[in-house]
Amino acid sequence: MQTDSPFNRLATTPAEAVTLEIDGQPFIAREGDSVAAALLAAGAVPSRTTPVSASPRAPYCMMGVCFECLVEVDGLANVQGCMVQVIEGMKVRCQSGARELTEGDFHEAV
Amino acid sequence: MSVRNHASRNETDVAIIGGGLVGMSLAYGLLRQGKRVTVFDEGDQALRASRGNFGLVWVQGKGDTCPEYAQLSRLSAHLWPELAASLQQDTGIDIELQQRGGLYVCLDQQSLQQRAKMLAKMQQDAGGDYPFEVLSVEQAREKEPALGPDIAGATWSPMDGHLNPLLLFRALHQAFELHGGTLINGKPVQHIKPQQTGGFEIQLDNHSLKAGKVILAAGLGNKALAPQLGLHAPVEPNRGQVLITERLKPFISYPTGHVRQTGEGTVQLGDSKEDVGLDTGTTADELGKIAARAIRMYPVLKKVRLIRSWGALRVMTPDGYPIYQQSALYPGAYVVTCHSGVTLGAVHAGPLVDWLLGRDIDISLEAFSADRFPF
Repeated sequence: MQTDSPFNRLATTPAEAVTLEIDGQPFIAREGDSVAAALLAAGAVPSRTTPVSASPRAPYCMMGVCFECLVEVDGLANVQGCMVQVIEGMKVRCQSGARELTEGDFHEAV
Repeated sequence: MSVRNHASRNETDVAIIGGGLVGMSLAYGLLRQGKRVTVFDEGDQALRASRGNFGLVWVQGKGDTCPEYAQLSRLSAHLWPELAASLQQDTGIDIELQQRGGLYVCLDQQSLQQRAKMLAKMQQDAGGDYPFEVLSVEQAREKEPALGPDIAGATWSPMDGHLNPLLLFRALHQAFELHGGTLINGKPVQHIKPQQTGGFEIQLDNHSLKAGKVILAAGLGNKALAPQLGLHAPVEPNRGQVLITERLKPFISYPTGHVRQTGEGTVQLGDSKEDVGLDTGTTADELGKIAARAIRMYPVLKKVRLIRSWGALRVMTPDGYPIYQQSALYPGAYVVTCHSGVTLGAVHAGPLVDWLLGRDIDISLEAFSADRFPF
């Protein structure tokens, strides 16, 4: 899923490749990337739609403040992508609307 | 032009001190009656209860020691749909009013029984017309599947509901502007001077304005302003802390006194009570108690992230009931203060405006005179 993205990497020190899945497609990111950086590098934007007006959003502040980069990471929704580093085999999904609590969430909690 | 009526001496018919939910509800009602209204709002440094509250339009259990307050709360709940529709028509803003009933969850049998007894007495006081049900754990969980097993039960009433207080605040301010109201904000009112010829002069540090009537709706600020007008408003702050969760798809159907899911998906947790003066801060201790109680009521909240917290100050009279009072010394000066600015908003925008304009109204406000508190 190495797609066209308006974001180009600057030449930096070498880093290991990390393969993750974005919406089911493999993408090779760099060790140390945040999930939000990987989403931008992959051109996987918009990465969510908002709960109230369903308008499209993408990572913005990259420092944990704006909450625009909420995505589903390994089955958990509303994760701030910019605050989580990519790891091998991670499954990231773009998110539509609010997080849904599942039957599992209810059963485990009681 | 010697026959101009005396109103022309005043730049506004009614000056309202305080641009929170109480002041703006009164202002909206007055504007709808064709009055010229000026609101003085202290600005963002004010201790706005309007920004920190729980958004409940709540009836059950309110006024157990004051039937007039029980009736007033119920009347307001009944009038809310019309006010919400009117605001939406004026501004396009949907304030997310929902009145499908409310639950009050009890964690132990003793408090459930006490509550059941209290509501039964209120039903009796209301001549039988006061709908509520006492629910066992199973019945409560049937009605609200997100509730956990570790509760004693709940009381339910179809009279209760909630709304989005921030959207209400915005709608009131927007409607105020659309109806030609004047907002003067950013500065506290220094003095209010009754005029020899009737009317009042409102003085800021660099500005003054003459008004026919003046209404103190300044929340905790009423305490210091009231004596200037021969009024008495012994209000004290009581802090409530609040937690807000991440946005979730709807999973809670009914608001409770402690937990509600807002129209936009966040869950608001609260109902702490502390006497800490004018401190709007939060403490880990209280927030921890709020979170633990909420998880006990709704176990799935254990799996949910918190994103915000705040403290806000309730405006409390000694008995918790409102003060609606005209000054005997300076007629045309009023104090309007209460704890439940959301619940009572529709009464404030409706019957209370008629009372302020000297008209006959169907409800008696005598129980809410400040005379019940010694000076």
